[in-house]
Amino acid sequence: MLEIRDLHAKVEGREILRGIDLRVNAGEVHAIMGPNGSGKSTLAQVLAGRDSYQVTAGEVRYEGRDLLTLAPEERAVAGIFLSFQYPVEIPGVGNLYFMRTALNALRLQRGLEAIDAMDFLTLAKEKMKLVEMDPSFVNRSVNEGFSGGEKKRNEILQMAILEPKLAILDETDSGLDIDALRTIAAGVNALRAPDRALLVVTHYQRLLEYIVPDHVHVMVNGRLVASGGKDLALELEKRGYAGFEPQPATPATNATRTAVGARP
Amino acid sequence: MSGAANAFLQGISRPESKANGDHPSWLNSLRRSAFEWVGAHGFPTGKDEAWKYTQVAPILEIPFAPAEPGARRALSPDEVIEIAGELGGPRLVFVNGYFVPELSALKSLPAGVKLGSLASAFTQEGEALESLLWRRFRERPQTFTALNAALGEDGAFIRIPAHTSVEEPIHLVFLSDAGATPLVSHPLSVVFAGAGSRVTIVETHAGIAGGIYLSNAVTEIVLDDGAVVEHYKIQNEAESAFHLAFMDVRQGRASRFSAHSVAVGAALARHEVKVALEAPEAQVVLNGLYLPRGRQLLDNPTTIEHAAPHCTSRELYKGVVDGHGRGIFDGRVVVQPGAMKTDASQTNKNLLLSTSAQAYTRPRLEIFADDVKCAHGAAVGQLDDEALYYLRTRGIPQQAARDLLTDAFTAEMLELIQVPPLRSRVRQMLATRFADCPSAGVPA
Amino acid sequence: MSAVQNELRAFTEREYQYGFVTEIETDEVPRGLNEDVIRLISSKKNEPEWLLAWRLKAYRHWLTMAEPSWANVVHPPIDYQDIIYYSAPKPKGPGLKSLDEVDPEVRAMFNKLGISLAEQERLSGVAVDAIVDSVSVGTTFKDKLAAVGVIFCSFSEAVRDHPELVREYLGSVVPYSDNKHATLNSAVFTDGSFCYIPKGLRCPMELSTYFRINAADTGQFERTLIIADEGSYVSYLEGCTAPIRDKNQLHAAVVELVALKDAQIKYSTVQNWYPGDAEGRGGIFNFVTKRGKCAGANSKISWTQVETGSAITWKYPSVILQGDNSVGEFYSVALTANRQQADTGTKMIHIGKNTRSTILSKGISAGRGQNTYRGLVKILPGATGARNHTQCDSLLLGDQCGAHTFPYIEVKNPSARVEHEASTSKIGEDQLFYCRQRGIPAEDAVSMIVNGFCREVFKELPMEFAVEAQKLLSVSLEGCVG
Repeated sequence: MLEIRDLHAKVEGREILRGIDLRVNAGEVHAIMGPNGSGKSTLAQVLAGRDSYQVTAGEVRYEGRDLLTLAPEERAVAGIFLSFQYPVEIPGVGNLYFMRTALNALRLQRGLEAIDAMDFLTLAKEKMKLVEMDPSFVNRSVNEGFSGGEKKRNEILQMAILEPKLAILDETDSGLDIDALRTIAAGVNALRAPDRALLVVTHYQRLLEYIVPDHVHVMVNGRLVASGGKDLALELEKRGYAGFEPQPATPATNATRTAVGARP
Repeated sequence: MSGAANAFLQGISRPESKANGDHPSWLNSLRRSAFEWVGAHGFPTGKDEAWKYTQVAPILEIPFAPAEPGARRALSPDEVIEIAGELGGPRLVFVNGYFVPELSALKSLPAGVKLGSLASAFTQEGEALESLLWRRFRERPQTFTALNAALGEDGAFIRIPAHTSVEEPIHLVFLSDAGATPLVSHPLSVVFAGAGSRVTIVETHAGIAGGIYLSNAVTEIVLDDGAVVEHYKIQNEAESAFHLAFMDVRQGRASRFSAHSVAVGAALARHEVKVALEAPEAQVVLNGLYLPRGRQLLDNPTTIEHAAPHCTSRELYKGVVDGHGRGIFDGRVVVQPGAMKTDASQTNKNLLLSTSAQAYTRPRLEIFADDVKCAHGAAVGQLDDEALYYLRTRGIPQQAARDLLTDAFTAEMLELIQVPPLRSRVRQMLATRFADCPSAGVPA
Repeated sequence: MSAVQNELRAFTEREYQYGFVTEIETDEVPRGLNEDVIRLISSKKNEPEWLLAWRLKAYRHWLTMAEPSWANVVHPPIDYQDIIYYSAPKPKGPGLKSLDEVDPEVRAMFNKLGISLAEQERLSGVAVDAIVDSVSVGTTFKDKLAAVGVIFCSFSEAVRDHPELVREYLGSVVPYSDNKHATLNSAVFTDGSFCYIPKGLRCPMELSTYFRINAADTGQFERTLIIADEGSYVSYLEGCTAPIRDKNQLHAAVVELVALKDAQIKYSTVQNWYPGDAEGRGGIFNFVTKRGKCAGANSKISWTQVETGSAITWKYPSVILQGDNSVGEFYSVALTANRQQADTGTKMIHIGKNTRSTILSKGISAGRGQNTYRGLVKILPGATGARNHTQCDSLLLGDQCGAHTFPYIEVKNPSARVEHEASTSKIGEDQLFYCRQRGIPAEDAVSMIVNGFCREVFKELPMEFAVEAQKLLSVSLEGCVG
């Protein structure tokens, strides 16, 4: 489904990804773990097509197509979904309206009829049960005034509605208490399917207790330095990342976090 | 120009300088140009947006005469301290706009620091002063600053060399002493803060014994890259006096400037502040507190100009208006094209304590760049009824409860004063003011 | 150039959809302005002597007035002698007896604008007074409204049929001497809409005026007067368009609203005059004085405006809150693209006790547009317990536009509470990316975010208008992926 070869990428002139090779088949769950600043989130953003991330070498093929030439919305309608680490607020734009617009963009691409507001509401309500989200959220603006946990639930709700082929979860567990984590993990697990792949980016092993991966990769300093089964995650938990660092760690700046637009 | 304006202008003009020190030729030509400019442009009226609420016409009706050097009566340094306070650092004292060495206290200062009267600096510092003063006049002439340029003869001169810190606050004391004849003075203070230098300056403006006078003061501050300047201004003029002041600040890269204004005196006072953030990463903080009562009018126009990217400005002005007082805040924040990543916020809050008190506020944003974060807020109101009620249910009498809440409103501004002796002095000033102001207790 | 800037570039290149010209035979007065022209306009309308006298008084005062210079707009001086002050489509027959006799070309023009002059059609909930250049060409549902006591007609008819009402209220809110543009209007106004809602009646349908400038070199000077008698309610809509011409045209209108005790007037505008081209050539100078008086206790006047057109917009729909407990509202979206300039806002004058006002202004600046909010909140000494809340938000789309906020707050009563908040933002790269990651094309995403920014104002508009307003903003964004 997804094949990454020798991917290099820069952010603001700094090389963050230094040669990533990864193959993800349909039905698989891959976890990418690594310390802060190792490039995990950069990989997620590059796969989704963020403009400010510059690919300097390598290639990414998705279902046989050259992914890197596609615009972000083209990747989305082709079935790639990114659950953001920091979902942005969009004041005044209704959450429900936003999700329906997204779903219809996808349906249009697939030659399906647009879904109307009533049918969509039924669909959304059903999916909301999956992430145990309060129905009042549909009437609020996209992510506006949502707590950290609510934002993450909203991401998984969108994933459930858009039914992507390849879902990338970027630090979905960050900032969640254990109950929220369980709910969200249950929501994600419900979406596991033979024709769907998951790429789970995380700092901690905790999430992987609930979303059990088929493969675990360790990323350090822009490279995948080790790969293995789910046991690798446990080993990391015990040993830490230190043993994997081939050279002194880069300063732990969170280079993948981009500036939020001017919005007082 | 009206007859009154003409007579006013004639009355206050004087061709010969009375201060010690020579006037270089550039200064004479500046003085002439400025005087001519005033003659040609006249005085602002209510139709000038910037003077909408501050009418100068009554000032022009008064037969002012130019001030002379030398006090009418001898003052002792102790009396000066009584009026202006002792802040522990060097002190320059001016009476009616002229430097009085015997009242001043020049302590030892770090090497290279210049501190003295402006009259004596005109020749030594001619080049720097020439370009600074001409530039202001050329770029934005205004009637009263032009009059200051045309007729001012003395003031303070401060130069801090690069990478030098002056630890103790420099206190500039401007005292006015008018007798039967209304007097006008035009003190000018100039501060050059060199790269990476650090200094605190306190200006106190006060009357010695009442009387009618007009203090037309200008302060020029230039911050070189990385300089840190804190400026305080205590305006405590006689309540029959007029105070028109203009402070012009230019900031270099990564410099930090903060100003705190406390205005309690004068029948009519206007303290205008203009700050130009001319290079990236400069930061400015403007704080102000104004407390008009009786028939006082206290006007606080400010302009912050973001002319370079990545600069930050913070502004907080608070007014407590009592009696028939009028409190005015007019804050402009201008973001020039290209001043990206500007971060500006401005707040003005007013508390009206009496039925005849009036507050005017104009928080203005003029934005010509898109990648900016700008916000402003303004509010006018009275003491919170809920809070008053709450305090009274706890057994605090109404008057005391009102005082308590008024204090709480001003306390925030006091906390911002970083010079401890000055803070306690201002606290004392406010306490006396509220104590001898019975109308504060009359429910609206 | 950033992705957002790319997406937004076409904002500066949007096309005006209503720029066509209709060939109609017109009746015009000679170019220029003098007392004879005013007399000629008055005589064409068979006006009573008192009205001519009022016009002439205004004209003589106008000659002494200076052009207002305080607004944050720049334009060449207006040559008042190069304007045709009266231009009317020539009636084909001996005079209009019913709507069926409206010139087919005029009817076709309105159809093209999407405004039906046929009463049985789709928008049957809305009565329309259609104004072309200087005159009203037809008013729909007049008879049906008359049956319940509502007077809705052209201003000229009101002068003829209801002189006592016109005489009592004309100039009672906006005096003839108010400002240069309003005074010019008082001297030369040619037509407009008049509406009276009787006591206790909730007007059964939305009333509206559609303004169309068609002829070249004319100015449009209409006057609207709405009187809501005690306990009545009316919702009034106003729309406007003009052809593309490379010369500026002047539109100096006056709207006066009077709400008596317990009455409510809701006045909504979607202003889409020709804005000029990308270089700033042509476009309407929209210099309008709109003011309402809450004359009676518990009355309410609410202004909602969506300003997307005009080269220059200069307008401050205001409310004089005279009656105790009266309420004033102002909701505004103003968009300036290309080289458009808008200086708009409101005045809330609190006179009565416990009067309340709300101001919500959303300014969108794009291209080289300059957008200014200018507002006055004035609390007079008698306005005990007055309240105001003002919020001004600006959205900047591009690095060459400007957004300015000039609020004036004057409080002379200590029991008043006045609050003003303003913020400035732009569309974030991350907002755009988030939408695109969900499959929404960039162009739709920008449109969605801009509409979201305006939502609180749009929800104040009547349904038909809300849809039109959203469409208008989206049209502005068409073809913006570059």
